[in-house]
Amino acid sequence: MVTVNPVSSRPASPGPVSSARSALRFPWSRAVTYTVLSVGLLVTIMPFIWMLLGSFKTQGELLRRPITWWPQAPTTENYETWMSQLDYGKFLTNSLIVAVCVVLGNLLFCSMVGYALAKIDFPGRRLLFGLVMTMLMVPGVVTLIPTFVIVANLGLVNTYPALILPFLAGPLGVFLMRQYIQGIPDALMEAARIDGAGEFRVFSRIVLPQCGPPLATLAILTFLGSWNNFLWPLVVAQTEDMYTLPVALSLYSVGSNQTNYGILMAGSVLVVAPILVLFLLLQRYFVQGIAMTGIK
Amino acid sequence: MSVTTEGRRRPGVGAAPRRSSATERRRRRQGLVAWLFALPFVLIFMVFMFGPLVWSFGMSFTDMTIRDIRTPFSVNFEGLQNFVAVFQDETFRKALVNTLYFTVVGIPLTMVFGLALAVALNTGIEKFRAVFRVGFYTPVVTSIVAVAVVWRFMLQGDGLVNTVLGWVGINGPDWLNDQYWAMPSIILMAAWRNMGTLMIIFLAGLQAIPSDVYEAAEVDGASKWRQFRTMTLPLLRPTLLLGAVLLSVGFLQVFEEPFVMTKGGPLNSTLTMSFFVYNQFGYGRFGFGSAAAYVLFAFIAALAAVQFRILRSKD
Repeated sequence: MVTVNPVSSRPASPGPVSSARSALRFPWSRAVTYTVLSVGLLVTIMPFIWMLLGSFKTQGELLRRPITWWPQAPTTENYETWMSQLDYGKFLTNSLIVAVCVVLGNLLFCSMVGYALAKIDFPGRRLLFGLVMTMLMVPGVVTLIPTFVIVANLGLVNTYPALILPFLAGPLGVFLMRQYIQGIPDALMEAARIDGAGEFRVFSRIVLPQCGPPLATLAILTFLGSWNNFLWPLVVAQTEDMYTLPVALSLYSVGSNQTNYGILMAGSVLVVAPILVLFLLLQRYFVQGIAMTGIK
Repeated sequence: MSVTTEGRRRPGVGAAPRRSSATERRRRRQGLVAWLFALPFVLIFMVFMFGPLVWSFGMSFTDMTIRDIRTPFSVNFEGLQNFVAVFQDETFRKALVNTLYFTVVGIPLTMVFGLALAVALNTGIEKFRAVFRVGFYTPVVTSIVAVAVVWRFMLQGDGLVNTVLGWVGINGPDWLNDQYWAMPSIILMAAWRNMGTLMIIFLAGLQAIPSDVYEAAEVDGASKWRQFRTMTLPLLRPTLLLGAVLLSVGFLQVFEEPFVMTKGGPLNSTLTMSFFVYNQFGYGRFGFGSAAAYVLFAFIAALAAVQFRILRSKD
């Protein structure tokens, strides 16, 4: 990401007098900016802080009024309950298996069709791209039930394929890959074709190695989407051994458990923590990805 | 999947008549190869996306219910009756109004948040810039189910939000159980979850504005606010519109927020169009539900078309 910094060039221009004056002045505007941003940041991440603090409080303390801020008698009981009553390892594994398959599928299939749409002139090309673009606007609930009926008739309900297949290649990925590959100059590809390379070779040896940035973006976006995906897994995962993390948390939080806030917050922390760690490690790519899909 | 390379030689120079048949053959081969590349995606797309889309379109003209699932072709064609019934349905009209309320209030609010953050981060602050960016983006990456748990807890009548409001003498309502305050709460949560995305998009747009524009204004003595109003905003217009398009497609479909926070209540005050459709499918009214879904789709498509026109005309 290119950072254009308008401030660095500013002090030089107005001349020595005014720059001396501004050097003496307390930088009020900067102080205000920092204050506003800090308060905003605190408000923004307050739900996460509250979640974390709450997960170490006892049920009694969570229900006590007035509310307590810091846990009075910190306890890991909530986490222990979550671990012993529910199969966290299994949910985590399920979420991971589904997310990894979905990411790999999108990387391969979207870049393949993206290449065809960007660089090969073939009958049906415009139609296919038009359909893909239309699909980007279709509300999720429109296709929910027909898709479920199809999955049911294929005998896939409550299986990994049911969780994975519908997301194995999405229109957003196709759009992203096509836009990027279109920007790759033809010269290298033409040269390879003249040297007798087939299209698949051109794709795998010349195009793919140049697709690092959009592939990274696509990997992150699809992983995120899969990890946080909720409605579809809720519909097709029907026994506990198929639950993903959000499904497990959501199905736990009904009925009498609805007010078991301590355990629910511990569960929330366990659902959010893996993606948050990943986000902090890869945050540069997340940001780059959003900018890429937004701008192109 | 290796493709043979025979016939991919450079077309001969002379031989005009033979060349046209060679290019013809080459084009056909190319078409085949392209479709092979597209095949895995096309299969998934047809079975799980486009197929269901067409199917539900067909269903919207029939009286199909859950009982017809094994014999989908024995249903009765009803023409536009479902669509008429959808607009006569009081609950649907309520859902329509709620969705528009959510969208019309939520989009400007989210955009103001996103823009304020982007502008603040673009004022040349160096320290903690990355920290702020990461922090404000965090709500975007986290699971709505997990986040809903803590939001529900914070929004309780005697919860954290009202405790803080109490410091400044405001006696807050029981947000999610109040039919007038439930929707504003959901809107606020949606703005919180989406402002990070807009912040990043707007930040990229702001950084594309050349700094000499501001230098000239500075020399002319234009105030910061004036610079923002007369230069930043107009120059950022395409980016702002893009943000509005992205957001409106998502906001009109709003479903998960009310689903995890209020279940559409109280008194249907947070029931949205997507939620209405979901409920109809739950009741097994497939034809009727599909018609409602297509009404929603039409809204989204129309809005997107209008916005793209505005976007194009000013490029």
